[in-house]
Amino acid sequence: MSENPASLHDDSILAIDIGSVNTRVALFTVVDNAYRLIASASAPSTANAPFCDIGEGIHHAIQSLQEVTGQVLIDSASRLIIPEQPDGSGVDRLVVTISAGPPLRLAAVGLLPGVSLESIQRLADSISGRVVESLSLNDRRLPELQVDALIHARPDLILLAGGTERGASRSVLKMVDLVSLALRILPAQRRPQVVYSGNQALAKRIKEGLEGITTVHLTPNIRPTIDVEDLNAPLEVLSKVVADIRAQQIGGLGALTPLSSAPIKSTAYAFNRMVRFLSRVYGAQRAVLGVDLGGSSTVITSALGGHTQCLNVLSPFGMGEGLPAALAQMRLAEILQWLPFAAQERDVRNALWQKSALPGALPLTDENLAIEQATAREILRLALRQTAAHWRVVGSSFDPILVNGAVLTRAATLGQSLLLALDGIQPLGISNLVLDTHSLLPSIGAAAEINPLLPVQMFETGMLTNLGCVINLDCRARRGAPVLRVRLEYEDGGDTRLEIKQGSISRLPLRPGQAARIHMTPLRGARVEGWRDSASFRVVGGALGAVVDARGRPIQLPADPHQRIELLKTWALAVEENADR
Amino acid sequence: MLAPVTHILPLAKIRRARMLPNEGNVLVREGQVVGPADVIAQSKVDARHVLVDICRELGIPRSSEVERLFEVRVGDRLKKGDVIARVPGIFARYVRAPQDGEIMMMSNGQVLLELAGKPFDLVAGLPGTVMEVIPERGVILETDGAIVQGMWGNGKIDLGLLLVLLKAPDGELTRDQLDVSMRGAVLLGGYCERAEVLRMANDLSLRGLVLSSMSAELIPLAASLSCPVVVIEGFGKIPLSPPAFRLLSGSEKRDVSVNGIAWDAFTGDRPELIIPLPAEGHAPSEIAFFQPDQTVRVQGAPYTGRVGRLVQVRPGLKRLPNGLRTRVAEVILDNVDKVDIPLANLEVIG
Repeated sequence: MSENPASLHDDSILAIDIGSVNTRVALFTVVDNAYRLIASASAPSTANAPFCDIGEGIHHAIQSLQEVTGQVLIDSASRLIIPEQPDGSGVDRLVVTISAGPPLRLAAVGLLPGVSLESIQRLADSISGRVVESLSLNDRRLPELQVDALIHARPDLILLAGGTERGASRSVLKMVDLVSLALRILPAQRRPQVVYSGNQALAKRIKEGLEGITTVHLTPNIRPTIDVEDLNAPLEVLSKVVADIRAQQIGGLGALTPLSSAPIKSTAYAFNRMVRFLSRVYGAQRAVLGVDLGGSSTVITSALGGHTQCLNVLSPFGMGEGLPAALAQMRLAEILQWLPFAAQERDVRNALWQKSALPGALPLTDENLAIEQATAREILRLALRQTAAHWRVVGSSFDPILVNGAVLTRAATLGQSLLLALDGIQPLGISNLVLDTHSLLPSIGAAAEINPLLPVQMFETGMLTNLGCVINLDCRARRGAPVLRVRLEYEDGGDTRLEIKQGSISRLPLRPGQAARIHMTPLRGARVEGWRDSASFRVVGGALGAVVDARGRPIQLPADPHQRIELLKTWALAVEENADR
Repeated sequence: MLAPVTHILPLAKIRRARMLPNEGNVLVREGQVVGPADVIAQSKVDARHVLVDICRELGIPRSSEVERLFEVRVGDRLKKGDVIARVPGIFARYVRAPQDGEIMMMSNGQVLLELAGKPFDLVAGLPGTVMEVIPERGVILETDGAIVQGMWGNGKIDLGLLLVLLKAPDGELTRDQLDVSMRGAVLLGGYCERAEVLRMANDLSLRGLVLSSMSAELIPLAASLSCPVVVIEGFGKIPLSPPAFRLLSGSEKRDVSVNGIAWDAFTGDRPELIIPLPAEGHAPSEIAFFQPDQTVRVQGAPYTGRVGRLVQVRPGLKRLPNGLRTRVAEVILDNVDKVDIPLANLEVIG
């Protein structure tokens, strides 16, 4: 890797993000002493058969980028030109993120189910994979049955933890013995790598003991004390290990490794880096939430004051290949409730299964678009519920909320994107909703490693679409009752007064970029989480101005189908006015 | 722009990998001609292990002391009751093998015995020639014939004579079309939306069931059928595409290999029908770029399953009637309707 962090400020950066469906490239360069996005482009990914090599997809994406920018990035032998040449061709730096590849099979091995095993399972949640076997001291199976279970589970990776610092060691070594036995039974070419995140006093001994059998990666203790969990360093190590496994699985990735200026990262981890970065910028008052609804997986990540609260990669669980797994965990009626027309369960099920077979296909009719968007809402709801259950994420109050994933960010209108995110996340308090329309956040997260200034400067360039500030009102008043008085005092003069009714969603009269002070007075017991009864704050209009969501939490849809459909149409219209891009 | 490819070809040279789930023995050699039912490789799956703690059995706490008592070595095959370790003397004590197995490991006074796993026979699944042997894992087979790739399969594979029950591309497979004379055949039916039809098909001991489309609520039942099931067009009421209908309805009474393997985009495995033919085909291209005059199949209502000719890829992005913006191609469907379809919704048929 070419690494020279001291003198990077004038470097151009090419970011490549290899997804399961699309490969995206983005070119950043310095203009007027600040990084700017020059252009981005995408092409179908070729990690899958028949290519089984990411190179072709990257080549096509870069060709598109060259056509847009006029800048030559690859030479006549199809090699990336690094560094930038005197004639302006090429780039100085390359960063790579990847989410392509089948979900990894993971084994979680810890001491106690509620302690180290729980932490190691959360660590497993952070990558695209699923835990296929768990072992702990409480396992009542005979040792040989535990070994057989581990072998038959065919894990790609074993995550091992246990023991606080200066804590248990004999029990940890007992679990290591089981793992060692299973590894030695397996043929050398099928032995999974091991990540050890337990008692550091044993780390060297465990590495030496297992190193002759398989590759062992060490991280700081994930559970240094019984009541403290520290995921940050293990997450970083695991991201690199996963990239290493992907390099063995996916053709062409290994060839990119020496060209990359920073270690190749999983897209989810790079996204999490950006969420962490923003949470540092926003301080320790509110957590920042990132959601990425992809074809094969869904990522939920939040951070507070620069520390990860959660990084949950649900896989397979998404809007394409991940649909069958998602459908297996939800009731179809939950999807149907979001449709603004009467539909049969059978038709919706057929449409979604067909979508899962061809994940890239777009809905061609209003009805099919509505079915996909209804499904996206419920997948987000379920993903957030599961994340709240597995991780220690308290509450639903986030600011900002970063939204990624084509179904959310490339809806037909910005109003649709806003409603999708609000219905799926149902946040509390006051949140700015931000769309990562070009899916750049993971790339910037990866690039931040070679230039920490880049994220700061990129956020000032408007590469994200800020839909606006949303005031989420929680109230149990009857539908139609006034629940909030709002006065907008515009900085450029004048003011507007509004009364918000229970059950409504309303756009406030604020132009994009227009600044105003909002004075709000809740009525009838309505509350905005994190704010006193009456409050005022400054707001700058987003693409949809500012929004008050007074539909309550959780959103309750009428049981009567006609009323429900009318209400859904009313809400859609309320956010659509002048909202087209 | 790169285009996904679906094969519906009357004659092609087809290469397919047949692999064991784990390491085993390949029983055929390169160049060997195999039949569809031939076992080409074998392995043992789900082998279990038994850990025999010699120290504990003999009541000797130090493992170094029991090692001299071992009467077996790593790699020895033991029968149940064979002696593993023995304390000599007038009152000799023994530790015996609890079951038949092979000694995998001996350390710390413990012996790990691997019990025989369940035998797994890998059959060729189609007639062909072994082009390559992958030691311990499987083979690459080659055959000439017609091929139709599908959308969904139930994971099973078999071969039988094709009986065509589908008289028109949009026909429905009903229970009254099935009878006992079809036992052992591969049936080509249309759309299936009734569980009773699948249950009766299962009772007939078919060698395969090929459907144009199927209601998605039948997936669990179809997955449980003992014969392979392949759904060509997908889920909902979707007629069989004209190229597939012409090819399959013209292949009645021919042997057809029905491979219901799950579609795996990463590996390229796909449910498919192969009809071996005594003629030499060409290897089909797995890679295509969208270009004029290609035959394409459309995904997405209201055009799902319809086949047409690509006229041109339109420059830039276009807004669809539902508001989405994307790259599109102009396509003439069934030589009649000229429509703009997103490139993401097209597959090249070839």
